[in-house]
Amino acid sequence: MTETFAIQLCNISKSFQGNKVLDGVNLKVKKGTILALLGPNGAGKTTTIRILSTLLKADGGEAFVNGFEVSRYSKKVRENIGLTGQYAAVDEFLSGRENLEMMGRLYHLGAKESKQRAHELLEQFSLTEAASRSVKTYSGGMRRRLDLAASLVATPPVLFLDEPTTGLDPRSRLAMWDVIEKLVEAKVTILLTTQYLEEADQLADEIAVLDSGKIIAQGTANELKAKVGKERLEIVVHEKSSFKKAVEILNIEAVEVDESRRSISISTEGSVGEIRRLLDKMEQAGIEVEGLNLHKPTLDDVFLRLTGHKTEQEREHIDS
Amino acid sequence: MTYIVGTIQPKKHSQVYWLFSDSWVLIQRSLKHIFKNPDQLLGLTIQPVMFMLLFRYVFGGAISTGGTSYVNFLVAGILVQSVAFGSLTTSLSVATDLQKGLIDRLKSLPIAAWGVMMGHVTADLVRNIIQAIILILVGLLVGFRPLASLLDWVAILGIVLIFTFAISWVAAIMGLLAKSIEAVQWMGFFLVFPLTFASAAFAPTSTMPWALRVFAENQPVTHVIESIRALMNGLPVGNHAFFAVGWCLLITALAIPVATRLFRQHTGR
Ligand SMILES: Nc1ncnc2c1ncn2[C@@H]1O[C@H](COP(=O)(O)OP(=O)(O)OP(=O)(O)O)[C@@H](O)[C@H]1O
Ligand SMILES: [Mg+2]
Repeated sequence: MTETFAIQLCNISKSFQGNKVLDGVNLKVKKGTILALLGPNGAGKTTTIRILSTLLKADGGEAFVNGFEVSRYSKKVRENIGLTGQYAAVDEFLSGRENLEMMGRLYHLGAKESKQRAHELLEQFSLTEAASRSVKTYSGGMRRRLDLAASLVATPPVLFLDEPTTGLDPRSRLAMWDVIEKLVEAKVTILLTTQYLEEADQLADEIAVLDSGKIIAQGTANELKAKVGKERLEIVVHEKSSFKKAVEILNIEAVEVDESRRSISISTEGSVGEIRRLLDKMEQAGIEVEGLNLHKPTLDDVFLRLTGHKTEQEREHIDS
Repeated sequence: MTYIVGTIQPKKHSQVYWLFSDSWVLIQRSLKHIFKNPDQLLGLTIQPVMFMLLFRYVFGGAISTGGTSYVNFLVAGILVQSVAFGSLTTSLSVATDLQKGLIDRLKSLPIAAWGVMMGHVTADLVRNIIQAIILILVGLLVGFRPLASLLDWVAILGIVLIFTFAISWVAAIMGLLAKSIEAVQWMGFFLVFPLTFASAAFAPTSTMPWALRVFAENQPVTHVIESIRALMNGLPVGNHAFFAVGWCLLITALAIPVATRLFRQHTGR
């Protein structure tokens, strides 16, 4: 029973049919802060949220929400949480308003109050116009907004948001960020999962990176960035034919190699001397360097370094 | 003016109060589905009407039913069959709620979430009554001449409701077990098809081969049909009503705990 942490996971493990999905997860979220749980597909983000929201029992370890252990005091936990799952969980046949009113009633707000709250939320999430239509006719983004609204009907102190902005257009995403920021101002503790580092960077007080069922790093965005070295130097080779040779030469220091763009990124101190040394090496090998690019590491670099995978965003970037 | 954070606090009432209130909210939800999804009601009603016309005019002439006219014999069978198929809507609704994640959301609330099944079962009761009335009206158009008193009709209504209730809970179990919404379709078919065709629904059991006949005469659906048929035609019900109600209560008593247990254990998406 710790007062300062709204969410605590102690050595949580979970297997599905012998497949270890969570392997001793430890995580703490301070009251009134927002933590972004970051991880590639299949990392176990949803599983973590399902355990915390009492939908799934962990095989081992303990988890606390607002001081209540999730498996023993599941009812108490449910009184303290709101959940927006990865997939919109709203009734397709009912209208937006009916959905929210139903949630209000089930959160025990009372009939009249539920109506009023539904009205407020529809307005807040720009759904007033579509309020009387059945949800079947809603676009993906509208559903997502309604889904988030549904978990805010009673404004519980702890909120779980599983990929709240996946599938939203840039405008709706910004609107969602806005909402999340307002919630944090109102001292709601939020655990959100995301595959977008930019989102984590923007919103979260702290970031935890989950990979293959373990938290492999936790800290503020800046702390994580500092982990991967001070500067990033990208060297673009002029000719395709000499690319391989360049990779061989820089192999030890290379952190990312992109053949299609003939670019090699390395982590450096960023000093002039070091850059000159590298360029000399290339020249001696007869490799013509087309361009240099020095920048601070982004969270994408962090992610890549920590997990060995690219993030979704980068993959999309490369595909397009 | 920020509405993000609600200021309304949950009301304080006893647990029993909330049990009823939550169930009622979920029942209202399922009832709304009936009218928001008229295609489903229409589909469920048209099929038995077609069956009725088919048996009345195509096969009926070849089936001998002793004293009563074939239409008077048939209506009870078609009625019970349509009610049985109608109750399978609960499987579909439960499976849909599971697949669409709505049950996850309900389970994360401090309520008895199995009320969602109660909601679907109740909707089946209402839907089946609507269906039964339409079916009987169509029956009257094609020559059905019931001899039932008002009291008999009340008894018929009672049996239909008890029967629907029992099958709907079995249907809820199938909905919970089904791995997909498609699976629900054939699971339901496998349950209801043999029970309604290997019964006294369309022809007297006396002409059936021995093994089939033993099954047909003793299974619950036949007792339900025979009770309703006797009541409709003003004939003595015998012990059919006793067996019909007994079976239904037994099935319900077994199905509710199983469904509730499965619901609690459910950890799928
Ligand atoms: N009910 C289940 N039965 C079997 N395996 C499951 C179940 N739920 C999750 N898994 C497996 O657990 C692993 C982690 O799943 P989880 O949904 O937690 O990942 P995630 O991090 O949320 O991924 P994504 O980014 O794709 O949403 C996956 O390999 C998944 O197949
Ligand atoms: Mg997920």
